[in-house]
Amino acid sequence: MLDAFGPVPLVEFNAVSNTLSGQKPRVIVSKKVAPYVLLLPFLLVFVGFLIVPMGYAFGLSLFKTALVGGTRFVGLENYARAVVDPKFWDGVWLLVRFGLIQMPIMLSLALIFALILDSGMVYARSFFRVSFFLPYAVPAVIATLLWGYLYGPSYGPVAQLATALSLPKPDFFSPGAILGSLANITIWEYTGYNMIIYFAALQAIPGDLEEAAKMDGASALTYALRVKLPMIVPMIVVTVIFSIIGTLQLFSEPYLITNLARSVINSNFTPNYYAYTLAFVAQQYNYSAAISFLLGAVVAVFSYAFMLLANRGGR
Amino acid sequence: MAAAPGGRLPMDSSSQGMGAVPSQFMEQMMKTTLPSALGRVLLNRRRLLQGGVAAGAALALGGPMGRAMAQDKVNLTVWAWTPKTQDMANLFMQKYPHISVTVENVGQGAPHYVKLRNAVTAGTGLPDVALIEFNSISSFKALNALADLGPHIDPAIAEKFIDWTWTSVTEGDKVYGLPWNTGPMALLYRADIFEQYGLTVPETWDDYAEQAIKLAQAAPGKYLADFAVDSGWTAAVLWQAGWRPFKTEGTNIQIRINDEIAKSWANYWQRLIDAKAVDTKPGWTTEWFAALDDGTYSSWVTAAWAPVLMEQSMTKSFGKWRAAPMPQWQPGGKVASNWGGTVFSAFSTSPQLKEAAEFATFMSTDPEAARFWLTDVFLFPVLDELIEDETLMGHPYEFYGGQAVNTIFAEAEAQVDPSFEFAPFQDYVNSQIEDNFAMAVAGNGTLADAFDRVQDAVVIYARDQGYTVT
Repeated sequence: MLDAFGPVPLVEFNAVSNTLSGQKPRVIVSKKVAPYVLLLPFLLVFVGFLIVPMGYAFGLSLFKTALVGGTRFVGLENYARAVVDPKFWDGVWLLVRFGLIQMPIMLSLALIFALILDSGMVYARSFFRVSFFLPYAVPAVIATLLWGYLYGPSYGPVAQLATALSLPKPDFFSPGAILGSLANITIWEYTGYNMIIYFAALQAIPGDLEEAAKMDGASALTYALRVKLPMIVPMIVVTVIFSIIGTLQLFSEPYLITNLARSVINSNFTPNYYAYTLAFVAQQYNYSAAISFLLGAVVAVFSYAFMLLANRGGR
Repeated sequence: MAAAPGGRLPMDSSSQGMGAVPSQFMEQMMKTTLPSALGRVLLNRRRLLQGGVAAGAALALGGPMGRAMAQDKVNLTVWAWTPKTQDMANLFMQKYPHISVTVENVGQGAPHYVKLRNAVTAGTGLPDVALIEFNSISSFKALNALADLGPHIDPAIAEKFIDWTWTSVTEGDKVYGLPWNTGPMALLYRADIFEQYGLTVPETWDDYAEQAIKLAQAAPGKYLADFAVDSGWTAAVLWQAGWRPFKTEGTNIQIRINDEIAKSWANYWQRLIDAKAVDTKPGWTTEWFAALDDGTYSSWVTAAWAPVLMEQSMTKSFGKWRAAPMPQWQPGGKVASNWGGTVFSAFSTSPQLKEAAEFATFMSTDPEAARFWLTDVFLFPVLDELIEDETLMGHPYEFYGGQAVNTIFAEAEAQVDPSFEFAPFQDYVNSQIEDNFAMAVAGNGTLADAFDRVQDAVVIYARDQGYTVT
């Protein structure tokens, strides 16, 4: 529906300019205004689907609606409650631990795959590139259901195999294993995505550097580690920030695994899960909005802290 | 899985999650953010399309007459998750040709209620009629969402319903819905496994515990039951034990979740869990139904509608199940309970309450319809007339190996104490029960501790929602 929006005004501008001047087409929109006209379709969507909802949610977070007594303005009361809510911070702490397991594994795998593909040592490179990327194209919901089946404690293929070999069945949903099981799903989903980013950056490295390195006697491995890697550090920083943001917003995977692992995943397992439960089960839309904004702040702090760290390390 | 099912389809994570997450967020986003006109268009896309077809037909007929015909027809939207509901709506449409009914399945259990509540909050997008379970009536009443059908129904039909069901849907002369089916409880057990291991059908809960221990010892890996964390089931079996956690009067609410009854019930199950005489796997998953089917679990204290779900996913055990009265806390006792069961309620936003009431009345009281539901879909009726019907009660079921189970359920129905009240925020209570039971089952504290934590959380919540807690 919105696609149709874009071109129409521009055509009209041209038409207007033609008829008015009666001369050769002249741009009536000045150069100063033109970029904004071109940006308009984006801005409309941006404002309509991001700024307005955020404004609405922020508005919500300043009120309190109770079953008895209706709605009243409470200012920052919801935030005051949120910053000391242990259920929120438990979720954040869980995701910090989750991220410390998941991010290094996922990003190193992505980097290794990208370096191997880029080295030119692999046949059928585009086949591998697409296959690694494929899991990212699978919606998170489907991916989780798929893994939920693979993890199945009695009838999942892993459990069946263990039974056939008379080994004890592994319990992927035990309190000790659940973080690893969830991390595994997200690693499977997003390694290919990060790999593509690295691969693109590696492809952009000029070929003469490789020649120069070879002439200096560098092996392929030395070249990869000493030349290629430092050159894509900015990309690595970007992917880490993306991963931090993605990790702190984890929702679909634990939400969908809940039914299979009720005893380890509760309704405030991650901050987003908590916000979901507050809004849609406990009907505390206002408090849920405050929790969401607080989560946004936490994400910003973590991302900024990492950037500071990365910049300092770079200097 | 918050709410007690009233005929919930077998469900693993897949059926619940797939529809639920994206669409809920999308709908919520659209409802809260878009300018209202655009939002309405998007939200009612489906209805708009239907309307579009009708309008197109009207135009094709040409001119005002066609249009008038299209307007005269009343369209009712009904949200229900039960099987074959559209068939019944079709029957209704034959009898009431001016009403067109569209049954939509928006999910079952939690997703159904989340969508209803979102629509109530948004003030738009509600169906005219929805199926809701007995335990959700007070929650929707608290939101002022339910229409009073009193003025639109024949007051004489009150007489037809089983007393407790009618009490549950009325307040003074206000009628918030018409009961449709109930979930009288019984013990479902596997005749083959009971015979193989020499188990006796337990009459009391003490017997039940004994049989559980006996089976666990005789056949490691097999259990008499699974203590699946399930808030709906918990409320139902505690209802039998005499637990009365809530008493709401206006804005005053009495909360007694962790009373003596709850504690001794918790200790009973804790003992069985600790002795590993019952399993503690999550319920309602594909794996769980498979375990009931392959004999890993050989009994389930459940409601009359359970075979609706069991029949769909279980093949090996078909015909090997039997029903017996619910185990008793007192030897020789005659107390049963109710789990789930549903009513047809209309929403106050509906501009066509008269037609909504006609639909609900038909679904609930048409004897042919109710007969069909009982014999073909295992939905237990709410009408005295049918329960007193001997042929109907004597109907044999292949699922139960030819046993005429209706007599057992009818007896249970008569033994349900109507004084049980659900909270006006039952979903929150359910989520707290499930979170805390899950912790206990995972070994963090006991079930008795869990009841204490639920009590504390619910009291805080109730105060926060403006109730005076006594």
